[in-house]
Amino acid sequence: MTLVLDALAWLFSPERLTGSNAIPTRLLEHLFYTGISVLVAALIAIPVGYLIGHTGRGRELAVSISGAARALPSFGLLLVVVLLVGTTRAPLAAVVAFVLLAIPSVLAGAYSGIEAIDRRIIDAARAQGMTEWQILLRVEVPLGLPLLLGGLRNAALQVVSTVTLAAYIGLGGLGIYIFRAIPLRRYDEMLGSAILIVVLALVVDAVFALLQRLSVPRGITAGRATRTRGSTPGPRAPMGSPIAYK
Amino acid sequence: MFTARKKGRLALGAVAVGAALALAGCASGDPLEPADSSAGGDGGSGAIVVGSQTYYSNEIIAEIYAQALENAGLEVERKFQIGQRDAYIPALEGGEVDVFPEYTGNLLQYFSPETTATLPDEVYAELQEAVPDGLTVLEQSPATDQDSYNVTRQFSEENGVTSLADLADVTVPLTLGGNAELEERPYGPSGLADVYGAEVAFSATGDTTVDALVEGTVNIANVYSADPRIASEDLVTLEDPEGLFLASNVVPIVSEDVAGDVEEVLNAVNAELTPEGLAALNALSVDEEQSSDKIATDWLTEKGLVD
Amino acid sequence: MTWVWDNLDLIGRLSLEHVRLSVPPIVLGLLIAVPIGWLAHRYRRARPAILTVIGLLYTIPSLALFVILPAVLGVGFLSEVNVTVALTIYAVAILVRSVADALGSVDAEVRQAATAIGYSGWSRFWVVELPLAGPVVLAGLRVAAVSTVSLVTVGIFVGVESLGYLFINGLQRRILAEVASGLVMTVVIALVIDLLLVLLGRALMPWTRVDSRRSRRRRPAAGVVSR
Repeated sequence: MTLVLDALAWLFSPERLTGSNAIPTRLLEHLFYTGISVLVAALIAIPVGYLIGHTGRGRELAVSISGAARALPSFGLLLVVVLLVGTTRAPLAAVVAFVLLAIPSVLAGAYSGIEAIDRRIIDAARAQGMTEWQILLRVEVPLGLPLLLGGLRNAALQVVSTVTLAAYIGLGGLGIYIFRAIPLRRYDEMLGSAILIVVLALVVDAVFALLQRLSVPRGITAGRATRTRGSTPGPRAPMGSPIAYK
Repeated sequence: MFTARKKGRLALGAVAVGAALALAGCASGDPLEPADSSAGGDGGSGAIVVGSQTYYSNEIIAEIYAQALENAGLEVERKFQIGQRDAYIPALEGGEVDVFPEYTGNLLQYFSPETTATLPDEVYAELQEAVPDGLTVLEQSPATDQDSYNVTRQFSEENGVTSLADLADVTVPLTLGGNAELEERPYGPSGLADVYGAEVAFSATGDTTVDALVEGTVNIANVYSADPRIASEDLVTLEDPEGLFLASNVVPIVSEDVAGDVEEVLNAVNAELTPEGLAALNALSVDEEQSSDKIATDWLTEKGLVD
Repeated sequence: MTWVWDNLDLIGRLSLEHVRLSVPPIVLGLLIAVPIGWLAHRYRRARPAILTVIGLLYTIPSLALFVILPAVLGVGFLSEVNVTVALTIYAVAILVRSVADALGSVDAEVRQAATAIGYSGWSRFWVVELPLAGPVVLAGLRVAAVSTVSLVTVGIFVGVESLGYLFINGLQRRILAEVASGLVMTVVIALVIDLLLVLLGRALMPWTRVDSRRSRRRRPAAGVVSR
């Protein structure tokens, strides 16, 4: 218990606001890496995911890629990319690795969002004479938004977690406190900064949860698609189940 | 019949779970098992257990010790890569590991964090006092692997810097790179300011410190003195006339139970190990990608320490 | 590549160690998740609360959890127990939702029929509901297993040896092949365990084989309808 109090004392000490290791500085670094990586991943994965979701082509491939990507240890991937790109360009290499780690979740969110739409809605839209572009932009994108945001949520949490590890190669972020506290045997700093990182992850999660809730179009909340592509009626894999990250 | 089939299914399930557990059980007998789970392999009877840190250079020294002891007719068990001092010092005290290559300064800092000793003999003398009961340190080697501040050849020439004492007169802004914890060490930025009057900013560059120096992100880098990249990147190690850094010579910490058996062999090995020699061994590991096993055998043979 | 050939025994030893660290959290995670998932399924009102709280555990970054647990558990911070408990927590976080969803996917009529033939609540759960929920639980278990195998590597930062050792050592020595073999072997172990789970599922739930064959035949037809 004293350990927890010590940790909180470390966390709320005025010293945390000054110097090169001020918490606001490290927090901004953490958020910067997370934000830019998720943004780049979204720019790449959302169009591809929509293409897969709209046409239904390449779905098997996307599923197996997202599945295999779960098995990739994020720190190992980070180091491989850093060694390939060159340690002198570690920040760039790290962003590349974060983007690679974020893509599967965003991709899964994008295509599953469209896939989960009741086929009858799409057929109705087509029957009304909508073009494929109109179907995509006016029907599929809005209806698929909650699941897309779910994918972005998983991606963001994955990157927040991996940025913590990236402090090991000198990238800054909040992980730096843990990595320097271990050899110094400063348990208050180790625990205090870990608590801070957990709070950051929870806040990121909460923000996306809120966006997800707001993104559900009115009138859709109650209905659950029964005829979708890619899954036969019957027990379906849980949509909301967390996609593995870290 | 239905029940019979169901039973078969259950049995199959039980077998599978059993197999998984058995697999897990078998694997726990692995030599890599962290020291805390095996019942003490106390000296006297059985093999001498040699441990190493999760640091490739330390593993090479441990392998050299192990092969030298084997050559002397002793039975040796290797428990390499035991991680950090918090993990292996208790294992040494508990008798699960008997011999461990260490570094005088860093080890002294572990046992007495407030120490002010910095010169080699001072550090060694204090370390002998600080080592807990049941453990002892053998003779220290001339080889060192200690913190040192390095600059690029170009920086050294342009600013006329060859010693830490020259840093106070440098006009360009200075940034020191190193592991994250360096910022809090007595020989970190605060030590540089107190002892040499040099004001430096700090950047936590971790395992990419040398790269950061070469690239120019930082202009002073904390590199272990036996790092082969000091030579390969043509870095200039700044002299430390005031003794800012703790000297850190290679030294074996051993259990008193086995000290008598291993002392002669390890002292002979340590006497042959030099600072340049250690850097050369590290270079074989980093540049030639040789395994510690091969590096150790070749070195011992070359030095005539094994028959 | 020479590094790989020269160090096959090291890679092998670390892989075994990696498997040894991966299996207990997966097994424990399932054992703990079944009762919690059942509670979430049985008590509808508690379901959102249970699923939200358990789900939040999964958002905790691994390194942070590894260094928080020693304070909670009262063990040394380099103890292997921390990694086992942390990975069990992640497995539970994934599996509780799977178990709750799986039990929810059992047809109400099947449940009523089972009651009608005289199964009590307890035996109905074990003999009827759990086996029928099996495929969805298995899907969750596969995710949990793969995630566990990958997370074991992070243990290297708190003194727990696994294939993660090759990441740190390979970075220190700048040997790409060493880091890459750690990466590849982690993925291989994950895929092998995943395959074993699929085979185990087929052995324990032979009816799913029939199901998957039928749905495979059905899928192209569904595609034709929607185009």
